[in-house]
Amino acid sequence: MKYIDYVQLNPFQKLAYNLKNFFIALPGNIKKFFCALGRLIKNFFLGIGKGIGNYCSRFVKGDWATKLSYIIMGVGNAAHGQIVKGLIFLAVEVGYILYMVGFGWHYLSKFGTLGTEVQHREVINGARVSVPGDNSMLILLYGVLTIIITVLFFIIYIANTKSAYKAYQAKAAGEHLPTFKEEMKDMLDNKFHVTLLAFPCLTISIFTVLPLIFMILIAFTNYNAAHMPPGNLFTWVGFDTFAEIFRVTSSGAGAASKSATFVELTKWTIVWAIFATVLNYILGMIVALMINKKGIKLKALWRTLFVVTVAVPQFVTLLLMNQMLQVDGAINILLQNLGIISQPILFLNSTALVARITVIVVNIWVGIPYTILITSGILMNIPADLYESATIDGAGPARSFFSITLPYMLFVTTPYLITSFIGNINNFNVIYLLTNGGPTTTELYQAGYTDLLVTWLFKLTMDSKDYNLAAAVGILVFIVCATISLLTFNLTKSAKNEEEFS
Amino acid sequence: MTETNKIKGGYKTRRIIANAFIYILLAVLGIIWVSPLFYMILHSFRAEGLSSVPYLIPKTYTLDNYILLFTDTADLNFPRWFVNTFVVACFSCVISTLAVLMVSYSFSRMRFKARKPLINVGMILGMFPGFMTMIAIYYLLKAMGLTQTLVALVICYSAGAGLGYQISKGFFDTIPRALDEAATIDGATKNQIFWKIILPMSKPIIVYTVLTSFIGPWTDFILAKIIMGDKLENYTVAIGLQKMVSVTFMQSHFKRFLAGSVLVATPITILFLFMQRYYVEGVTAGGVKG
Repeated sequence: MKYIDYVQLNPFQKLAYNLKNFFIALPGNIKKFFCALGRLIKNFFLGIGKGIGNYCSRFVKGDWATKLSYIIMGVGNAAHGQIVKGLIFLAVEVGYILYMVGFGWHYLSKFGTLGTEVQHREVINGARVSVPGDNSMLILLYGVLTIIITVLFFIIYIANTKSAYKAYQAKAAGEHLPTFKEEMKDMLDNKFHVTLLAFPCLTISIFTVLPLIFMILIAFTNYNAAHMPPGNLFTWVGFDTFAEIFRVTSSGAGAASKSATFVELTKWTIVWAIFATVLNYILGMIVALMINKKGIKLKALWRTLFVVTVAVPQFVTLLLMNQMLQVDGAINILLQNLGIISQPILFLNSTALVARITVIVVNIWVGIPYTILITSGILMNIPADLYESATIDGAGPARSFFSITLPYMLFVTTPYLITSFIGNINNFNVIYLLTNGGPTTTELYQAGYTDLLVTWLFKLTMDSKDYNLAAAVGILVFIVCATISLLTFNLTKSAKNEEEFS
Repeated sequence: MTETNKIKGGYKTRRIIANAFIYILLAVLGIIWVSPLFYMILHSFRAEGLSSVPYLIPKTYTLDNYILLFTDTADLNFPRWFVNTFVVACFSCVISTLAVLMVSYSFSRMRFKARKPLINVGMILGMFPGFMTMIAIYYLLKAMGLTQTLVALVICYSAGAGLGYQISKGFFDTIPRALDEAATIDGATKNQIFWKIILPMSKPIIVYTVLTSFIGPWTDFILAKIIMGDKLENYTVAIGLQKMVSVTFMQSHFKRFLAGSVLVATPITILFLFMQRYYVEGVTAGGVKG
């Protein structure tokens, strides 16, 4: 189809056309994805090979100072006049060695076993004394830290050999070597990104990447309440935790199995995410359409009425909702006063179904204002003549909505829809503050009927200390979210347009 | 009446009826949406009863709940929490804003080898459930001897701030590249371009970043709770208010919880109403292309 034909299609046909193309292209895209992945791996190893090659050739071609700087960092630069730079390299090396000797190596050497010595009691001089053993948790944490520091050191080390060789070459060719001052100046100009990114990268590495690697590794250990440091050790167990989640156990034994809980909570999480997303989207759009309808006055007032609820912090509104939904809370009082019910309803802790419906309904209250906020602007962009011709053709408001508005909006806001779907999978606040997972049950392991995977993760960490299980659940949630995001990202291709304005 | 007028008239009445119906519906929905907030404000002034009363409209009104919130600090020290949160918010707001602007400027304006990989890493990091890492963060802070301190909170709120670069990167992307090039020809360094050209043109996005990072500490209740544990005097308002509706304090403090909520929610609501435009742009950035 040529572009001119495409433009003339109505939004609904455009959507169908795009969807069709998406599914036709899907196998090819998947193939492309794996090819790209393969190329990436190939290039990675080629790059390493090339790096080693360059590393050796620099050593062979360089002069004595370059060769020496392979062992004592900075010599190459210092010998060719870049004294400050050389001293910085040297300081890095000394610092790294001191760190490894004084701290890092102790933990790194035990990384493979996560400790062998259990804390125990011994009789020394007639008194029973507790002898501290290895702390697996600290070994893992500081082991990861040491690995990160080693990688950083390695990068600086390679930069040092490169810089030494460059200095030698420049000197040999009689070129001007940049002084330290000039290089610092360059850090504010052509290498300004290094200056800008250094601090954020450092903090992100320590407080986001390091904890994340730590937690991913935890999923492959048996770190749980039965293996709590410092009293006990934990160790690597490979994929056992994942096996525990996916192993199908014959239930009926009384104690709730982790795999059954995982299956149950996954089902509910998906149901929740679909209901929460779709209902909020469609209902929110209908309200937005009503507000933006021609002839409706006080648009700003109506909009603000809804938007105010977005502005109030969620922990306030949700804690309040929790109180209002109690047996003696405002909603039961209201319903009783109106004569709709005679007995108070236990919204949050009677049966699974009632509680689940309640959280979905409350989430509509939470979510619709967001949809109004997002879609109002886009709804105004739908060409008015589409509606006019539909009216002339005898279409009612419902027909117009499902045949014009919805397809158009779906087409335009798919990325938002997917983001909010993922947001709902991870919707911690609503569940945690409203029901805290309740109604509680013994059929599920450490979870209630309205627990999502993320709130289960939270409970596993905070209450039952099943750290390995929590980490494994976190990884699974990540895989789901990442797959969905990746598909959308490819679908919208908005990343490709970033140079559009330049 | 001619035939056309008749049709016109019929159309008009139908539209009036439709609009009236919409007005009624909007009013009902509006009441439903605002009533919890209205309930909160109304009952924060309630004088009689403890946590709950069997009717909706309070019978007597008083300012005592607000006054007690600030004077009765023996058990739960709300003014102290307020100051804590304010201090944390100020510090983390300054650090995060700088981090966000620095990262987004580099990604938007500079071209270097590690750019694409770093952007991808940032995207992947954002997809992990946030509090999966909280245990590791807790032990890290413990190793630094920072648990139960406000410094730990500032670190937590601002350390990862650089990852939230997308919105301001999107904004920087819209500033024409020609401006940079002209400045470069005139001899400006990238540093000067950042401070003297890009930042002065980016006031809206700076305001947005400052406000969002300032609001963050007022609303977070997960990280703060884990870090502070039972150290009540270092609580922030969010966990403090949550403490007020816990079983121990529920009966005596529920009305004060409402009063405190009103005090926290009002400024945040006003700030949000002012910057909702940026919020919308941020959420829909890049995604919405018709």
